[in-house]
Amino acid sequence: MTSSDRSPSPRADVVVIGAGVMGLAIAYNLAARGCKRIVVLDQHYLAWGASGRNGGGVRQQWSTEMNVRLMQESMEICAHFAEEMGINVWMRRGGYLFLARTDAAATRLARNVALQNRCDLPTRMISPAEAQALVPELETAPFVGACYNATDGIVFPWPFLWGYARAAQKRGVIIRTGTAVTAIDRRGDDFQIATAAGTLTAGRVICAAGAWSPRIARLCGGTLPDRPVRHEILSTEPLKPFLKPMVSVIETGLYVSQSLRGELVGGVSLPEEPNPDGEVRLGSRLAFLTTMARGLTEIMPRLAQVKVVRQWAGPYDVSPDGDPIVGELPGVPGFYVVCGFGGHGFMMAPVVARHYAAYLCGEAPHPFFEAWRADRFAAGGTPSPHREEMTIG
Amino acid sequence: MSRKVILCRCEDVTLADVQRAVKLGYADLEEVKRYTGFGTGPCQGKECLREVACAVAQASGRDPATLAPFTSRPPLSPTALGVLAGPARK
Ligand SMILES: Cc1cc2nc3c(=O)[nH]c(=O)nc-3n(C[C@H](O)[C@H](O)[C@H](O)COP(=O)(O)OP(=O)(O)OC[C@H]3O[C@@H](n4cnc5c(N)ncnc54)[C@H](O)[C@@H]3O)c2cc1C
Repeated sequence: MTSSDRSPSPRADVVVIGAGVMGLAIAYNLAARGCKRIVVLDQHYLAWGASGRNGGGVRQQWSTEMNVRLMQESMEICAHFAEEMGINVWMRRGGYLFLARTDAAATRLARNVALQNRCDLPTRMISPAEAQALVPELETAPFVGACYNATDGIVFPWPFLWGYARAAQKRGVIIRTGTAVTAIDRRGDDFQIATAAGTLTAGRVICAAGAWSPRIARLCGGTLPDRPVRHEILSTEPLKPFLKPMVSVIETGLYVSQSLRGELVGGVSLPEEPNPDGEVRLGSRLAFLTTMARGLTEIMPRLAQVKVVRQWAGPYDVSPDGDPIVGELPGVPGFYVVCGFGGHGFMMAPVVARHYAAYLCGEAPHPFFEAWRADRFAAGGTPSPHREEMTIG
Repeated sequence: MSRKVILCRCEDVTLADVQRAVKLGYADLEEVKRYTGFGTGPCQGKECLREVACAVAQASGRDPATLAPFTSRPPLSPTALGVLAGPARK
């Protein structure tokens, strides 16, 4: 979207690599705080990465207090996003319904619901029959329990990117799409960032390259332990509104919601493929289509008639313990990372970016900087104290 | 031309919508697809890709030959979940 932004800008205070939701939201928050000379680079176009390929689920049901509270704050930002940024994000708060097939999973859900209630979230455990009252098409037989929070919901991801990009540009941020970063060199305290369209100098670099972050880190001699995992998703023909909540099955990682356009959008976990080279693979597979079709028609047999119109894939960016990785990369001062968000980085970006910008501006870091620090994976590092277990996929 | 010229019939995307997207700087078919929603309905662009490409070329002054089509996604035509799921396994 930035053909008009090709003017050379030899020195930037901050260069953000990656114009996904993380990079754009951080650039916007920095600019809103008055920071100047910010450049965002992306090898492709807005919404090409995971931020343009995800399911748009936004929920507050998590298993750690920090994540519950972060997502409560993020939901607030999402709820006001359209008004503040002047763009419709098609947000629909129909709730999130988690279904458990086994007693073990139901017990975990109950424990998480108790935690969520302590955080003033109105989640409740419900029976399969009550779940069916919420979703009449639901088959109850496979399930032993469920939980439901009415204040969770879904958004349409793309307008978030356009909204953040436009608001950032209004505040002076330069966004260059079609501009891949090919090398990063240290010059004294500065970074020299080589792209196909010329070289930039920057005081600080924010690597917001999602599943591509380990490659970017390697360009400046750093290492990151996250790995890309292909995750596939499909969308159906549009239907009359019938499905209120996002529905997700704990054991299989299946999830499905109905967008405001009427389409069903959903995915399911497949066994992780061997990927020793850490390649980001974006091809679509028939195995996904059949697994998803079986899963969906098992829990909602009436959907057998519904037609799939499109399937695609995107990368989950997965850290060794499933929690994100943020902050300055050990050994590379001035190089900041924000990756490893797996299947929930979209919903977290609004709140993470807000606190990330505050941290970069010298304010006291939000506690997630401690919990998600990069050196927890190093030899002798302290593991994340409360590992999140409510991840999908 | 009238604003009512519809280029993508599945998603009701008009010529004016496409021109507006180009004006905002979305000059590739992938970007225009995302911004307007064209080609995301049941026909998946089979009917409208050409028309939208011509409109984008005209509005942006680009040579149509430089406009790559967007990635086409499986399935080739809309397919019922029941067919993909195969026979019930009970
Ligand atoms: C199928 C699927 C479903 C999902 N569902 C949900 C969901 O329901 N809810 C949710 O919250 N999250 C979901 N996620 C996760 C979410 O999409 C991601 O966590 C989030 O979008 C990550 O944003 P990002 O900005 O960090 O990365 P990305 O959006 O991937 O952006 C990274 C950018 O870096 C750019 N880049 C890479 N290398 C270079 C380079 N060398 N030079 C310049 N630029 C470069 C890429 O082009 C890309 O645009 C899902 C993900 C997938 C794949």
